Amino acid sequence: MTMKYKDNPQAVADLVRPAEVHRDLYIDDEVFELEMKHLFASTWVYVGHESQVPNAGDYFATEVAAQPILLARHTDGEVYVLHNRCPHKGTKIVIDRAGNTGKFFRCPYHAWSFRTNGKLLAIPLKKGYKDTGFEQSEAGQSGLPPVGAVKNYRGFIFVRMKQEGISFEDFFGGSLSSLDNMIDRSPVGKLEVAGPPLRYMHSCNWKMLVDNQTDTCHPMVAHESSAGTAVEIWESLEKDENTKTPMAMEVIAPFMSPYEFFEDMGIRTWPNGHGHTGVHHSIHSDYSAIPGYLEMMAEAYGEERAKAILGENRHNTVYFPNIMIKGPIQQLRVFIPLAANKTLVESYIFRLVGAPDMLLERTAMYNRLINAPTSIVGHDDLEMYERAQEGLHCQELEWVNVQRLYEEGEDLDLEAVENGTTERQMRNQFHAWKKFTVESMEAEARDLADA
Amino acid sequence: MTLPTRDDLIDLVYHEARVIDEGRFDEWLELWAADSYYWMPLDYQQEDPKNMTSLMYEDAFLRKLRVERLKGLRTFSQKPKSRCSHVLNRPSVEAFDPKAGEFVTRTAVHYVETRLDDQFLLAATVHHHFEMVEDELKIKLKRVDLLNCDAAFGNIQLFI
Ligand code: FES
Ligand SMILES: [Fe+2]
Repeated sequence: MTMKYKDNPQAVADLVRPAEVHRDLYIDDEVFELEMKHLFASTWVYVGHESQVPNAGDYFATEVAAQPILLARHTDGEVYVLHNRCPHKGTKIVIDRAGNTGKFFRCPYHAWSFRTNGKLLAIPLKKGYKDTGFEQSEAGQSGLPPVGAVKNYRGFIFVRMKQEGISFEDFFGGSLSSLDNMIDRSPVGKLEVAGPPLRYMHSCNWKMLVDNQTDTCHPMVAHESSAGTAVEIWESLEKDENTKTPMAMEVIAPFMSPYEFFEDMGIRTWPNGHGHTGVHHSIHSDYSAIPGYLEMMAEAYGEERAKAILGENRHNTVYFPNIMIKGPIQQLRVFIPLAANKTLVESYIFRLVGAPDMLLERTAMYNRLINAPTSIVGHDDLEMYERAQEGLHCQELEWVNVQRLYEEGEDLDLEAVENGTTERQMRNQFHAWKKFTVESMEAEARDLADA
Repeated sequence: MTLPTRDDLIDLVYHEARVIDEGRFDEWLELWAADSYYWMPLDYQQEDPKNMTSLMYEDAFLRKLRVERLKGLRTFSQKPKSRCSHVLNRPSVEAFDPKAGEFVTRTAVHYVETRLDDQFLLAATVHHHFEMVEDELKIKLKRVDLLNCDAAFGNIQLFI
């Protein structure tokens, strides 16, 4: 196979135009490898929440940039993010998704052991390495190597795989306000992961999922079958003034809101590919109040600030490249790319520490009604992604259009608020995709030339 | 009041599976008591259906929504429709207490679902809890524990 994109940053840059992107972005295996190596390695990628590893020795395993990664809580209280690969012969150190390893990790193959910060602790029959130059070898020096940089932001753990690169603050900037709002909804400013995530396998490219988070022109079309049917059934039922709208209806019905609702709700974009729907209101705005909650919040923050926190109803916030959060219901989805046409989606829900359980009940309901592999809402989204994944192989048309409400000279490095049906946030993501992928490819080319 | 026999419980378990396999979903809705739930936990030995995510935890309204949706003209992920097949081990009667109105069966199930060129197999342990409603046996709770509840799935469209 001839390499079309490898070592060719210009060819990669040409895949993204101001208002359209080339289909190879979604279907080409070489592009996938490049975006894992460059985009996912140079940006800040979400890995997990510290409540998943509360005690020393706790760990969990995941995948970042198509590489096995493990998170561990060390005796110093810090969370370390390490490559899950034995320096001896490559064996993965842990394969269960979570657990407690005690004081050290021990490779199951030849029992090399490592501290929970990754440092090599001991090797059986160490004398066999005497006078072999082992200390100079890669294995002798590395232990379980840490990722380039780790940031624990109020419990949310992000990593940058590369040693050098953009800082956490510069990368996320003003977009952290969405994460702050989600966390501030706890009267004590703390979230905890509640239970295991839903795991939903998608036979499509990861960017289709990320694009969809701010696609406000699809719910009333793709979800008519579920949300529209729900509204019809509800309207056909006999009710009187005492009939309470069930929680499930509150969750599902707003998906059928008309275009005007989505136009009015607004989209905000921030530099580096981040953005959110629901600037003024959202599909989460009209949920019933949970008894006692506002009082708890007012007690903790003062009335005005409590109202400001709860008054934010951001719908989907994309932290490019790999997560989406929903502040008003404390949900987070991670998009884990496995191949150009394969993506694992994990949906986590959080308990608001110190708040009534009924909030968690609604969050859990939202998760299973909307994001489960058994969800009738999710079914139609996945159907669309998979049809697109197949349709994009068509030779006749090469470009994917993201032109809605595009204006020439659009500056994506500036924060902006626009009509809620704009595709600006998608353009913002592709702009960031190109910037980080191409910059990293060019840096690699320079390093090679220098060497 | 007529009382169910153990065989009545077992027959109803088989009948329910057949009704689903034959796509007679409106009839399926009739098999349930008014305040009843279809529960598919996400976690092995999950206790709490409410404050943790489940794969499904559906009351009469949500079950009706699923069934009506399957008939819809714009239900794109059901064009073409999925089909399924249940293979049931003989159910065992785990509780049979007419006085307390407690009737529980346990059934090992292999479930196959297909659509277009895809077909997948799930294994599950299913517990049915029944109650008598005006001399008729109805499902009060159906708990479906998937053997691989922690695996990543594609769409699971019908009822196990
Ligand atoms: S492969 Fe890990 S100790 Fe040998
Ligand atoms: Fe959708």
